[in-house]
Amino acid sequence: MTAAATGAALRRFVFDDELTIVTAAEHRDRLLAFLRDGSGVRVDLSGITDLDTAGLQVLLLARDEGVRRHLPVEFVEPSPAVADVLALTRLEL
Amino acid sequence: MSLDDDMREALDMFVTEARDLVQGLEEGLLELEDQPAGGETVNAVFRAAHTLKGSSGLFGLRHLVEFTHVVETVLGSVREGQLDVTPGLVSALLPCTDHISAMIEGIAEGRLEPDASQLADGTRLLAGLSPYLDGGAAPAASVATPGAEAAPAEAAWRLGLRFGPDCLRNGMDPLSFLRYLSTIGTVTGVVTDASGLPDAEEMDPESCYLSFDVDLVTAAPKAEIEAVFDFVREDSDIRITPSESQLDAYVRAIRAMPENDRIGDVLVTSGAVTEMEMAEALRVQQERAVREGTQPVPIGEILIEQGIVQRDIVDAALTRQRRTTETRSQDTRTIRIDAARLDKLIDLVGELVIAQSSTGVTPGVSAETSNEAQGEVMRLVDEVRHSALSLRMVPIGTTLRRFERVVRDVSMELGKEVSLTITGGDAEMDKALVERISDPLLHLVRNSLDHGIEPAAERRKHGKTQQGTLRLNAYHDAGNIVIEVADDGCGLDRDRILGKAIERELVAPGTALTDAEVYNLIFEPGFSTAEKVSNLSGRGVGMDVVKRNVTALRGSIEVETTRGIGTTIRIRLPLTLAIIDGFLVGVGPSSFIVPLDRVTECVELPPGPLGRDCMNLRGEVLPFIRLRQLFGIPGEPARRQNVVIVEQSGQRTGLVVDSLLGELQTVIKPLGVLFSRVRCISGSTILGNGEIALILDVGTLIAGHSDREHTRQAVAVG
Repeated sequence: MTAAATGAALRRFVFDDELTIVTAAEHRDRLLAFLRDGSGVRVDLSGITDLDTAGLQVLLLARDEGVRRHLPVEFVEPSPAVADVLALTRLEL
Repeated sequence: MSLDDDMREALDMFVTEARDLVQGLEEGLLELEDQPAGGETVNAVFRAAHTLKGSSGLFGLRHLVEFTHVVETVLGSVREGQLDVTPGLVSALLPCTDHISAMIEGIAEGRLEPDASQLADGTRLLAGLSPYLDGGAAPAASVATPGAEAAPAEAAWRLGLRFGPDCLRNGMDPLSFLRYLSTIGTVTGVVTDASGLPDAEEMDPESCYLSFDVDLVTAAPKAEIEAVFDFVREDSDIRITPSESQLDAYVRAIRAMPENDRIGDVLVTSGAVTEMEMAEALRVQQERAVREGTQPVPIGEILIEQGIVQRDIVDAALTRQRRTTETRSQDTRTIRIDAARLDKLIDLVGELVIAQSSTGVTPGVSAETSNEAQGEVMRLVDEVRHSALSLRMVPIGTTLRRFERVVRDVSMELGKEVSLTITGGDAEMDKALVERISDPLLHLVRNSLDHGIEPAAERRKHGKTQQGTLRLNAYHDAGNIVIEVADDGCGLDRDRILGKAIERELVAPGTALTDAEVYNLIFEPGFSTAEKVSNLSGRGVGMDVVKRNVTALRGSIEVETTRGIGTTIRIRLPLTLAIIDGFLVGVGPSSFIVPLDRVTECVELPPGPLGRDCMNLRGEVLPFIRLRQLFGIPGEPARRQNVVIVEQSGQRTGLVVDSLLGELQTVIKPLGVLFSRVRCISGSTILGNGEIALILDVGTLIAGHSDREHTRQAVAVG
């Protein structure tokens, strides 16, 4: 988790359900739309009830896209499902 | 442990004797299985075990003594009548003879202590015997218990997981594989590689872009790890290699393994490579060899190239293999000789000395007497040579009888009923040849059992006896020894062989082939029609190797088969590799030797149009080969040329030469490594005048010639 100095200036993106192959396309488009607006985003992971490889790829894509566009992308409050996957893959967001 | 020379010599003798004893033991056991009441056989078997134990004791070979002691105890109770011979008992004892034999071979290589895997084998085998030890009088307890048979050691693996793009769509989540891995071992490290993710716009959320490198420590064998990925193997790239830290352990394990001819077996046994990976690598190897028409790439190179094992491991395995070959070639340093034959040779040499001293010493003897004495010397020299050669001759029966065990084991494994008949076991051949032909024979026997002889039910259906028969037959024929492996099985399927050959692009579709040509296709590299690959054969490695081995011994191999009746494979080998009776011919300034047993007659070349390479021999068309043309010898042909007619496997061909120089006993000198790829020449010899003559290899000469003719005809037709 990157500690963001920018604080409350970031817009908030909330997941409220599973992030899996079923919803991956939809969430990707929403996330990308945020980034296209030219502002950073704080992604609240606390609502993710289930995360699979497809979902993980969406999160990684958002992270990379942020780097590419020089926009801050923060991931906060990982739910247990997210923490589990990150531990499994030894990844940090 | 270092050995001084005396000890070494004594040990060599022990090994030679012990090998015979073990074989006696094995043959006796097999005989007992057939006739459990054979009192004399029981005694013989018991004595063999007893003697073996006794002489190993002399050399302080404790492991051998301890193991044999248990076997002896069991056989002792059989002799006392306390234990009945049952198939179960024989099945428990036979692997013990294998184990004893393995220990003896170990000793032959100078390893006086057993290695870990041997110890483990020994303990396992003795455990199998324990039900037969009366009252559990625990002699087994005296056997050193090795530490090796504890829980299998954990090993570290590096798994490279590149999942196919479609795996998510197919419902396979790589994450669940990662989770599952932690249930079969400890995942000590994961590197997730997300560099495959494309730009945001191009990304398909349902494709998999991630790949993983996982370090896994587990006691599970490699095959079990491999099985985890069974469902995704098709479109994914899954590599399981021993982790770098584990390399030393594998290398050590391989060094401690019994030696083996096949590097593949070494690698699979060590656990570094699974059967499946080996089968795949073999397939790649053959495909490539067939496609490029070259010698097969070493299997180790393919395994490295495919990222299955590291080079260090392959190198270690190679040294096991190389050492095997070296030990084999040393094997023939000691040889047992029938004392009567040696006496005869000494006797002959004595006579020769006397005959020699009587030639030309006393002045004043008539020329006639002197000539007579010379003649006598010549005769004796010839006999001495024959007698010396016969020292190397052994009856082939010993080798053939070894197959009883093979037939028993293999037919049990396959659930078939097969009886083995051996005839002509007293036909003699060179010991070196016997040793080198036994592996190819083994392969043929297994092949017949596996593919030739049908299962009992199928045999009944075809109105055959339920029990199949495998026949091994040996006989002498025109300076050759012929060994036949014959079965009364289903015979070769001409159409299927042809179909397979077309599929493998070995022959062009629509080619007209004779039956013999079709059947010979089974000796092509990479050819196997077995629909089911079994443990024994059907891997497509084998028949071509058999053929190569036989050819290397200056022999030939042929198939005779009738659908539904059976198949006979006939190997024809020279009796010895050292000397042949040759027929010397001259072409221009060069001399060649044709093996005399191939020559049927010589005629003068009739005048005819040049370029037509056949002549009329008593109303038959006889194709001939002009040696001058074949070997590119410069100069004009002699005014009167001769044709030497040679016969090989029933096919007659003429060899056109300038002059016939007569018969000659020829000591074959092998060609150097430099010439190892030269075809049509099997060796060289030095003539009386110091010149060199090349020995023609009639088999390849004729085969090569008919190939060339075929191409020419094919060109003419096409």
